[in-house]
Amino acid sequence: MNILLVDDEQELVSTLAERLSIRGIEADWTSSGEEALVKVTDQAYDLAVLDVKMPKISGLELQAEMEKIRPELKYIFMTGHGSERDFRSGSSDTRTICYLIKPVNIDILISKIKEALAR
Amino acid sequence: MGFLNQFKPIFWDHQSTKSGPFKSLFDFRSLWRKRVILLVAVALGPLISLAIFDHMVTRYDAEQEIHLRTARLVSNSRRTVSFFLDKRKSALDFVLKHHPFEILIDQEHFKVLLTDLNATIGGFTDLGLITTAGDQFRYSGPYDLMDQNYAGEAWFQEVLEKGIYISNVFRGFRDTPHLVIAIKYQLDGNDYVFRATVDTERFNQLLSEVTPGGNGDVFLINSQGVLQTPTRSHGKVMDTIELPIPEYSEHTRVIEVVDKTGERFIVGYAYLKDTPFILMITEQKSVLMAPWLKTRIVIITFLAIGMFGILLVIYFVATHLVTQIFTADLRRSQTLREVEHTSRLASIGRLSAGVAHEINNPLAIINEKAGLLKDLITYREEYKKDQKLIVHLDSILASVERCGSITKRLLGFARHLDVTIQKINLRAVIEDVLGFLTKEAEYRSITVDLRVDETIPDFETDRGKLQQILLNLINNAFAAMQDGGTLDVRARPADSDMIKISVTDDGSGIPEADLKKIYEPFFSTKTTKGGTGLGLSITYGLIQELGATVEVESEVGVGTQFLITLPLHHTRKE
Repeated sequence: MNILLVDDEQELVSTLAERLSIRGIEADWTSSGEEALVKVTDQAYDLAVLDVKMPKISGLELQAEMEKIRPELKYIFMTGHGSERDFRSGSSDTRTICYLIKPVNIDILISKIKEALAR
Repeated sequence: MGFLNQFKPIFWDHQSTKSGPFKSLFDFRSLWRKRVILLVAVALGPLISLAIFDHMVTRYDAEQEIHLRTARLVSNSRRTVSFFLDKRKSALDFVLKHHPFEILIDQEHFKVLLTDLNATIGGFTDLGLITTAGDQFRYSGPYDLMDQNYAGEAWFQEVLEKGIYISNVFRGFRDTPHLVIAIKYQLDGNDYVFRATVDTERFNQLLSEVTPGGNGDVFLINSQGVLQTPTRSHGKVMDTIELPIPEYSEHTRVIEVVDKTGERFIVGYAYLKDTPFILMITEQKSVLMAPWLKTRIVIITFLAIGMFGILLVIYFVATHLVTQIFTADLRRSQTLREVEHTSRLASIGRLSAGVAHEINNPLAIINEKAGLLKDLITYREEYKKDQKLIVHLDSILASVERCGSITKRLLGFARHLDVTIQKINLRAVIEDVLGFLTKEAEYRSITVDLRVDETIPDFETDRGKLQQILLNLINNAFAAMQDGGTLDVRARPADSDMIKISVTDDGSGIPEADLKKIYEPFFSTKTTKGGTGLGLSITYGLIQELGATVEVESEVGVGTQFLITLPLHHTRKE
């Protein structure tokens, strides 16, 4: 189970990775969209947890780029906007599991990760 | 003044708060005055001009008619009087020319002569023959005037000079009013004067048969203004008339004079040729003009009624016109204020969304860091027993969650501004709205009871509009309720894909008379508390846009219930 966490807030993404690790879920993380693309190219991940709003490259743009590299990759989005409209716009894509609104409850995140990997 | 206030236009006491170069455009009282003046000028100007012109023309015509009729009467009367005198003058002339002197001076024959003259011509009182020395040596008549001397009488001297003379009416030796016709007669180189006294009673009778209008009088005066015949209202015979003596004219004339009392008279007169007499007919102008005046009064009365009617119409038309402008301006101002308010709310909403998003990220970090701490404590044996640490961390996490719910609500409110149809959960929407009023409800001890039927499915509608509708209704309910009141919000399914949402308060209620007007724009009972009177109007519009209907039931002192029937399938209304 290879998971990549991407959020421009390094404190957030590193802590989240650590908390998952405590719960037995090893996750790789990065705070840069460009670095995330490099990581995806180098390693076959099963799931990417992406922040929607990031500088330089947004979560949705990152998803489009990643899909080119790893078409089988699944996605969970985290957003500070919490917009249902955003969810609707991406809901036709079966590879997108859900949008989680920050601050994210760790238990919900884990359940969604499990749901994604079970698909 | 209370009665007049009923007719006072609604804009009359309006004080314009506008400023700048177009301030005068908002002076509705001045606007009204200008319209009234313009309409009065256009409507009544020609009417009044026509009425004045008609008044002058008809009065001139009436006066001309009176003058003409009077002149005709004077001419006829002059001919009658002249004929009377000429006839007697000719009779005397005939006697002198056809009687030899010897027969004429015969006393017996002289008496018969008077009898014959009265039998044929009539109107003679006596006859006399006088020498140039003034001695009357033959006399026939009822008075004892034989041998009477007339040498000192003015008329006698005048007849000697002119040959013929008709006297003024005078009293003379017999002390009764009479007039004399005297003719100088020459025979065998000696002059005699043949004198006849004419019966003035016959003369008076002749004039009394003329009947002028306007309490009129027909009479004779001499050139000194002494009355020669009796009158009805200008004095007795031998009195001096109070009216001015008309100036000499060869022809009949009609003039207007004013007597000492201010009474205006139409005076027709004619100087009788070869006599000292002026024939006068006087008529009171006010009496003659009375029929014309009566007609004018009727016309003026109708005109006044008509003008009053026109003024009423002008008042109502001008008032209606300016009231419409005033109302339109008022609505425009209110709408501008509302738009400004909405725009400000939109800005606040967007700002809130931005702030909420920015706060969410550090909040997420706090959440993760606190979560990690709790994880470390929970997963490590040495900390596991320290419940105090866990309690503190749970408190941090609970506060983070609370902040998260606030930011989520702010983000949700900001999205109301977007006009979108989306699937909504009714309970969540109502809870969102109530969330804004939780603090006020707590401070005022208002109990809010929300019951949403679980069978209501998520459905598509305009979330923002629905939230605004509910917010307005609940806000109104809060305004109507006393502290400690109860607000019930219910939602239940209804027939054929409809749901019913009710908002019920136990506030002051709405009087029955106001119930029909609550959706009208600018109707407000909260004007003194800053109410614009647009809240329910906007709400009603939004309800219609959602394809919903609204009913209201209210009882003063008991409370009010608004019941919205909303379709589960949205059909967009343009």
